[in-house]
Amino acid sequence: MIHSLFLINHSGDIFLEKHWKSVISRSVCDYFFEAREKAVDPENVPPVLQTPHHYLISIYRGKLFFLSVIQTEVAPLFVIEFLHRVADTIQDYFGECSEGIIKDNIVTVYELLEEMLDNGFPLATESNVLKEMIRPPTILRSVVNTLTGSSNVGDTLPTGQLSNVPWRRAGVKYTNNEAYFDVIEEIDAILDKSGTTVFAEIQGVIEACVRLTGMPDLTLSFMNPRLLDDVSFHPCVRFKRWESERVLSFIPPDGNFTLMNYHVSSQNLVAIPVYVKQSISFFETGPCGRLDITIGPKQTMGKTVENMMVTIHMPKAVLNANLTATQGTYTYDLTTKVLVWDIGKLNPQKLPNLRGSLSTQVGVPKPEDNPSLNIDLKIQQLAISGLKVSRLDMYGEKYKPFKGVKYLTKAGKFQVRT
Amino acid sequence: MAISFQLFFLELFYTTNAHTNFNSNSSSSCGSSQPAWLKYIYPLNSQKCTTLVLHLNMTSPTVYPLCVEQTTGVVVQPQLFSVPRNEDLKEMLESNKESLKLEAMKRIVGLIAKGKNSSELFPAVVKNVASKNIELKKLVYVYLVRYAEEQQDLALLSIRLFSVSLALRVLSSIRVPIIVPIMMLAIKEAAADLSPYVRKTSAHAIQKLYSLDPDQKEQLIEVIEKLLKDKSTLVAGSVVMAFEEVCPDRIDLIHKNYRKLCNLLVDVEEWGQVVIISMLTRYARTQFTSPWTEGATFDENNEKTFYDSDSEEKKEQTEAKPYIMDPDHRLLLRNTKPLLQSRNTAVVMSVAQLYWHLAPKHEVNIVTKSLVRLLRSHREVQFIVLQNIATMSIQRKGMFEPFMKSFYVRSTDATHIKTLKLEILTNLANEANISTILREFQTYVKSQDKAFAAATIQAIGRCATNISEVTDTCLNGLVLLLSNRDETVVAESVVVIKKLLQTQPTQHSEIIKHMAKLFDNITVPMARASILWLMGEYCERVPKIAPDVLRKMAKTFTAEEDIVKLQIVNLAAKLYLTNSKQTKLLTQYILNLGKYDQNYDIRDRTRFIRQLIVPNEKSGALNKYARRILLAPKPAPVLESAFKDRDRFQLGTLSHSINSKATGYQELSDWPAVAPDQSVRNVEVIEPVRNPSSSHTPYHKSDSESEEESSEESEKTSTDSGKSSSGSENSSSESESEQKKKKKTKKAPQKKSKPTAVTTPSFGPVKTYELLHHMTGKGLSAKYHFPRQPCLYEPSMVAVQVILTNSSDHSLEEIHIGERSPAGLNIHCFNTIERLEPEASVTVSMGIDFSDSTQAANFQLCTKENQFSVSIQPAVGELLMPSTMTEQDFTKEQGKLLGMNETSATITMATANTSSQAISKQVLSVANVGVVSSSQNNFHRFAGRTVSSGALVLVSLELKESSSALLTINTEKSVMASMLLRDLKQALTQA
Repeated sequence: MIHSLFLINHSGDIFLEKHWKSVISRSVCDYFFEAREKAVDPENVPPVLQTPHHYLISIYRGKLFFLSVIQTEVAPLFVIEFLHRVADTIQDYFGECSEGIIKDNIVTVYELLEEMLDNGFPLATESNVLKEMIRPPTILRSVVNTLTGSSNVGDTLPTGQLSNVPWRRAGVKYTNNEAYFDVIEEIDAILDKSGTTVFAEIQGVIEACVRLTGMPDLTLSFMNPRLLDDVSFHPCVRFKRWESERVLSFIPPDGNFTLMNYHVSSQNLVAIPVYVKQSISFFETGPCGRLDITIGPKQTMGKTVENMMVTIHMPKAVLNANLTATQGTYTYDLTTKVLVWDIGKLNPQKLPNLRGSLSTQVGVPKPEDNPSLNIDLKIQQLAISGLKVSRLDMYGEKYKPFKGVKYLTKAGKFQVRT
Repeated sequence: MAISFQLFFLELFYTTNAHTNFNSNSSSSCGSSQPAWLKYIYPLNSQKCTTLVLHLNMTSPTVYPLCVEQTTGVVVQPQLFSVPRNEDLKEMLESNKESLKLEAMKRIVGLIAKGKNSSELFPAVVKNVASKNIELKKLVYVYLVRYAEEQQDLALLSIRLFSVSLALRVLSSIRVPIIVPIMMLAIKEAAADLSPYVRKTSAHAIQKLYSLDPDQKEQLIEVIEKLLKDKSTLVAGSVVMAFEEVCPDRIDLIHKNYRKLCNLLVDVEEWGQVVIISMLTRYARTQFTSPWTEGATFDENNEKTFYDSDSEEKKEQTEAKPYIMDPDHRLLLRNTKPLLQSRNTAVVMSVAQLYWHLAPKHEVNIVTKSLVRLLRSHREVQFIVLQNIATMSIQRKGMFEPFMKSFYVRSTDATHIKTLKLEILTNLANEANISTILREFQTYVKSQDKAFAAATIQAIGRCATNISEVTDTCLNGLVLLLSNRDETVVAESVVVIKKLLQTQPTQHSEIIKHMAKLFDNITVPMARASILWLMGEYCERVPKIAPDVLRKMAKTFTAEEDIVKLQIVNLAAKLYLTNSKQTKLLTQYILNLGKYDQNYDIRDRTRFIRQLIVPNEKSGALNKYARRILLAPKPAPVLESAFKDRDRFQLGTLSHSINSKATGYQELSDWPAVAPDQSVRNVEVIEPVRNPSSSHTPYHKSDSESEEESSEESEKTSTDSGKSSSGSENSSSESESEQKKKKKTKKAPQKKSKPTAVTTPSFGPVKTYELLHHMTGKGLSAKYHFPRQPCLYEPSMVAVQVILTNSSDHSLEEIHIGERSPAGLNIHCFNTIERLEPEASVTVSMGIDFSDSTQAANFQLCTKENQFSVSIQPAVGELLMPSTMTEQDFTKEQGKLLGMNETSATITMATANTSSQAISKQVLSVANVGVVSSSQNNFHRFAGRTVSSGALVLVSLELKESSSALLTINTEKSVMASMLLRDLKQALTQA
């Protein structure tokens, strides 16, 4: 299975290595660097590489490469999924997954890696279980530790791993018992030049934050579960109950977790919350072009659209942009050729507009096609698919928990072709 | 190119340290015998491997900076790493303060993580292995595991220190051959441990020991065999992993555990699921016959044939009967299906490949949605999933066609993702959707990513050849692209048009003319060559233009690229043959130029062409055929997918991903023409009987635990079979049962060998009752017991196993079940046993619906000659099946069943029965219930459901002082409650 792991930063330095079997020289990474060089963009590095004696499977997360070395046949997704789990765990422990934070906590990271894999086979990847064995650092604890010399390594076997609910640790206690659920939906869409929808779908996720004492057994039911077309669950959800009754019944892990991912059936027409009027053109004569974008609300269900942002990857030939925005600010990055227009709240009375001229390189033929617009937006208190949680029941514990559900709609991969 | 320098501080010792390392992590590279003149050849991680040869004349340890040219463009600060610091660490490690030691260890682990060498600290570190501080200990382990291989002697010393607390995981991670025997012992011991966690660790250790010393294979296989029997979900994944690593070819070990693994699968941790599924895929391909046969029938409800059809498969093959899926095959498919909803993408993918490789064709579709869902995941996941979809979509367009839009490309996708999506879209194209796809392609062609645009043009070409309706449209579209500004786009279009014209050699002279006009503006050699080739090939269609093109080319010949030159020579030759009047001189000129070209390919070609086309005395018979050689009609190139032959690899594997066989890849075998004996898997039915004879019984804790687990499992299967087998009774057609009878004739002798193992039930809860004594039965004797398995025929039935023995001196024929009373009694009979030889016995399973009452089921057991009335009277405890619930659930449910539904009694316990194990044992011997884990010591709880109606039966036992106890039963079936109470009371009070 997974033989070794190298963490490589953006500029190509290996700053952490871990070997689960015998040690493999870091020179094996040269093949990776070669591919990295060839790929121009870090996103374009092929995830699976073949070298004479090893196979390299890598992921790119947070400007870091997690490069694993494999020697024999293994399902590549197995490795990729695991590497992402490592990144998730680091993020969960330290709040972010970056070179700096890993270097600062190198010992804890190393201990985590030691626990997560045994001889290349995943051992404990549940964050609840790991936290029992290796406690995440907090300011208070590090102060206490330095004063008393005690450690952040748990001295017990993970109790959760032995029970039939391995994702939950035993003996959880809170003074305030609360369970919050965020229903977050993302609209993936491609609109064409004229504004018609080429493709649109809604992907949703329910993020939960559950802090409940003891072993609560929760049941979450929906007003309209029929909307959900395809779902995937956290292992805690009882699939049988879902199949028969369309309710989510589960003993939750402690803390934050993703309860379910869902896809809204494609029969339902997807409401597109905004429309975009745009014209980008480059002139045949003279080194310049024109840009004019207006955005307005379309189907917002009476809510306001916030955090509007438009990102455009300009053609290489565009040297600079000289624009005026009626609302928000725009920036144009000269090296990456990315134009970002940060609009903020969308005001239906006064539609935001960005217009002006683009200067292009002299002597270079005008760009063949127009760049597409990537749109970002947020709508609070709305699940665009119309999904509604009807109730949350708790069994198995006596106390009354505080419950809350929040809805949020975001733009996922929302693209307007021009 | 930016040139920068990276500084490397190489620390070199000339002392006699046996393991001098660079800050590389390779194991030692030079022995002590080498002189201080050290020659290191050390590849650095720059793009070009720079070889360094150092000549150092050293008198003292020194730090030498080295400058290495590197192309990454970053200046790295030299990291100071020098001797004094390590001395420092050594001092800290030898101090008395825990905190100092801990600090030192942390720094050392930091060094390891960075790949720095700290092996000289080994002695100092190892001393701390016996420390009481758990974190310190863990860090020492980390260090030990990293360096043990290099410092074997010292590592051995340390083993003695920590073997007290025998941490198998660390022990097994130390790759020192000498400890193999110790490891072997430890593994064997751990494999029989009470805690499933420890058993899991031992499964992991098996692989490590195997990689350390493959000679131990045989012994390890024994351990694997034992662990495979384990019922804990925790162990299953790890042991299958070990199996895959050590002895993947020992398929025979799986047989007996096959059904158990299938049933446990849902509860195994996600990584284990992936491994088990891939193993089961291989297993199934060797054990079942292909469900892909023509005219196959896919009967969901054929669980009927579960036990009584050993040779069925064989029969079917020979008689070419409609295909009936092996129930075990179905079991696998059914139990893996829920895993499509897993959050783990690897699990979803492995289920998808299982369905792809094992399921009947029309069932594969259920994986589509889940695979498409994975496309929302990380970039790397998308890449792998798209690769697999690309392979699948070649064979099965229909699967992904409804999801076509999910493969639309976004400008933000990575290039390799875009190309894969394009590949899939092309595969999915058919007459109905081609216009949509082409419209989509039009936007892609304009993409700024030119490599992608080129790939799109290729894709258009493929669509055009595959779907004849759109060939013209595509061709026109491509011709329009010829006036594109971008060179690569034009070049690619030319190449594709060339291929298209070849497949469609009709009237396309317009296009060729158009291309000839554009020729001057095209600079990409491949495109130029393609146009020239087209001119030559179809020179008779463009008789005026071709010679003119040749004239132009003659002028620029010397400046052209090699492939273009070759095509110029070709064109010249072809024109010479068709139109020698106009082109004779030009051809001569070109051939002369070619004769003196620098490239020998071109010189060769020129010489060859000259001999072929220009008649002279030397050229022989070939000359006559020159025209036929050069202007022969050429087969059109086939434009096909790059994923065409990927299906030779199992989907989802690394080999599939890299399109070449990876080390350790195991070929998926073809379906056997005749299924191997399927009775080998039948063991599970009588497993409770067998279990105690296997060696890991002596402890009681795991007893109750495995009970619990199996009950969980059985609940699952019962609901499952409830779903699928309902109505199987009615649906089985006449012909089918007849057919089965025929098979029986062959089967009976096979069965003979088995029962010997069955007839000795020694396991506590399983009691055997007499059904028919051989005296009254004229030689036929029958015994029965309740296997406590969920009944496979109908969930409301109680499974009964009957052992029929022939103690007479002649064979008995046609043993079957005759009349039954009460008349409405619902019995699932065993199939008629055609013949039972003297002294032979056979075990058959029946299902009886007792409707939750202890009323006896009376029926007649018939042979050919006689009929015997027999009756089965179930003990009340056998009418239950275990139910798993948490303690909270239990108390909650108990709260609902108070008053009338509660029956209780105070009993005086026999002194032998006061331990919790004894209580569980006694209760379980009486009733088929599940143990509910309890947080209080003096409370014991058991839960079950009645088989027929599914009513809850909750048993709780509260121990009071001086061996008295309060036994309470809560259930709405009050009659059962009182009977159960009586039985339990008896069991618990007797010694």
